[in-house]
Amino acid sequence: MIFQSVKMAFKSILANKMRSLLTMLGIIIGVASVIALVAIGQGTTRRVTEQVQGLGSNLLTVNIAGRGPSTSLDYGQAMRLADVEGVDLAAPVVSQNATVKFGGTSENVNVTGTNRDFLGVRRYEMAEGRFIGDVDLTFRHRVAVLGAETAASLFGDESPLGQTVTINGNRFKVVGVLAAKGESSAGSSDEIVIIPITTGERMFRTGGVRTIYLTVENEREASVVRGRVEQELAGMFRGNTNSYRVFSQQELLETVSSVSDSLALMLGGIAAISLVVGGIGIMNIMLVSVTERTREIGVRKAIGAKRRHILLQFLIEAVVLSGLGGLFGIGAGIGAALGAKRAAGMDVVFSTDIMLLAFGFSMAIGIVFGLFPANKAARLNPIEALRFE
Amino acid sequence: MEDLIVLDRLTKTYRLGNETIRALDGISLTIRRGEFVCIIGPSGSGKSTLMNMIGLLDTPTSGSYRLDGEEVSRLPDSRLADIRNRKIGFIFQQFNLLPKLTAFENVELPLIYRGVPGRERRRMAMEALEKVGLGDRRHHRPGQLSGGQQQRVAIARALAGNPPILLADEPTGSLDTRTGGEVMQLIRELNEEGHTIVLITHDLSIASRARRIVHIRDGRLAEESGVPAG
Repeated sequence: MIFQSVKMAFKSILANKMRSLLTMLGIIIGVASVIALVAIGQGTTRRVTEQVQGLGSNLLTVNIAGRGPSTSLDYGQAMRLADVEGVDLAAPVVSQNATVKFGGTSENVNVTGTNRDFLGVRRYEMAEGRFIGDVDLTFRHRVAVLGAETAASLFGDESPLGQTVTINGNRFKVVGVLAAKGESSAGSSDEIVIIPITTGERMFRTGGVRTIYLTVENEREASVVRGRVEQELAGMFRGNTNSYRVFSQQELLETVSSVSDSLALMLGGIAAISLVVGGIGIMNIMLVSVTERTREIGVRKAIGAKRRHILLQFLIEAVVLSGLGGLFGIGAGIGAALGAKRAAGMDVVFSTDIMLLAFGFSMAIGIVFGLFPANKAARLNPIEALRFE
Repeated sequence: MEDLIVLDRLTKTYRLGNETIRALDGISLTIRRGEFVCIIGPSGSGKSTLMNMIGLLDTPTSGSYRLDGEEVSRLPDSRLADIRNRKIGFIFQQFNLLPKLTAFENVELPLIYRGVPGRERRRMAMEALEKVGLGDRRHHRPGQLSGGQQQRVAIARALAGNPPILLADEPTGSLDTRTGGEVMQLIRELNEEGHTIVLITHDLSIASRARRIVHIRDGRLAEESGVPAG
């Protein structure tokens, strides 16, 4: 009986192809937009999460906002944070955009003054040469380590090791080149020039360290260590808590995931609305169909169809319509997401859960909105139905 | 011959506004197995109501109806559908075939509702189609068949489940004289094979082919040239 009804439903859907397609359109658009938007949303979330995790989940970032002697730190003061219990590496940073020249070529890049811990904290690797050492800081050596991209654009295929570049007119000897790391959300991390922080402080005449990168010995103690760091900073700034801020990667990840969660909720809401609209479309057409087929219903009843047979027939037809719409919608959604990937280079992640959910939901819509027309058909009086022209 | 249909003082009244209309007014009628009965009457005489009553599409206001030994005048809808399916084969003036189904699928339909398993169902449907001489047209849709052929498919559908009663409502009303005659011939043959036929018409020339004629006027019956079979 069920098999016959499904067969019958497909038959009647195929008999009115155009009408069936238009009926399904609401569901198709609803499901397709959910699939596509969720795929793009999850792709973006994954990319951001990977970038954040790429920085290391044991990283604490201290930003110093204040200026003036009581609200800023010099390198020596900043390094007191390295002695906080649980802190492993500490890399204070002074940085400025500066013109770096070699021969006839010049580049405007971010020049970062820091210490030897920077390499480990930001997870860089050396391509050749060496990184900034303690001795460079002590004697304020004019040495520089170039990021992969900066090295390539200044020197091309030549090795920069031992060459001299000028930064804002000051001569620096290149002692090392970093290995390429790739894009990050904060711009390219390969367009960079690194110099000893003590040299940088003198050259930039900045009012102290702006950023301090710290790593925690044990990831699980990150929040405890963060508390200690904040306490230490409070001591340094005499309780002026507005002058600094400590971020952990954990916090960033949580922010990212809460943003993507609320995005998902919003998408779900839009999807639900469009599916309900699609369901109303199905109900509308099913009602028309019941009226058109009044005589058929009368005949079926006369030859022995019970109420539940008629109910089932129309309900199955509605569910087949909405389920088919769901399937087409999933196809269209995948197509749209792949199109966005190709056209705009967006990351997409397809989730089978979401697809199954969307499909199930569209079937459920068919049941809910098919019930009223199907019940109307099932309750028709056979005598009147047979008389219907 | 046993009694197949026994109507006893069957009454059906409708309310139309403030007026009460007696469509059937105390009808008593007994039809035995194997009979060929024609119910004849002008339009508005109550013959359609009587047919709906015999066909279990409608229930009487009062009186009793025993069909094949079972009182059926006070049964719930789903039970009536079941009895219709097993005991009554309908033949309509408008054929009432489902246009999107093939001849074979149309004939198969009552068996599907009865729950006959696939292989048996196909055998029975094919047998009925061959009985009306349309075995070779089983894949045609009603639209591809002539009026006479459509009515024969409809008769095959009525026959498929082997019901004791064939209930025909103006079966030749939409056909020309020649094909109408052929269909009547088929119905007579079915009667000779033992099917009980109840035929409703307003056409005397059709009625004259029956063995027993019952007149209905203003909801009351008057038996005429009754030569009860047996």
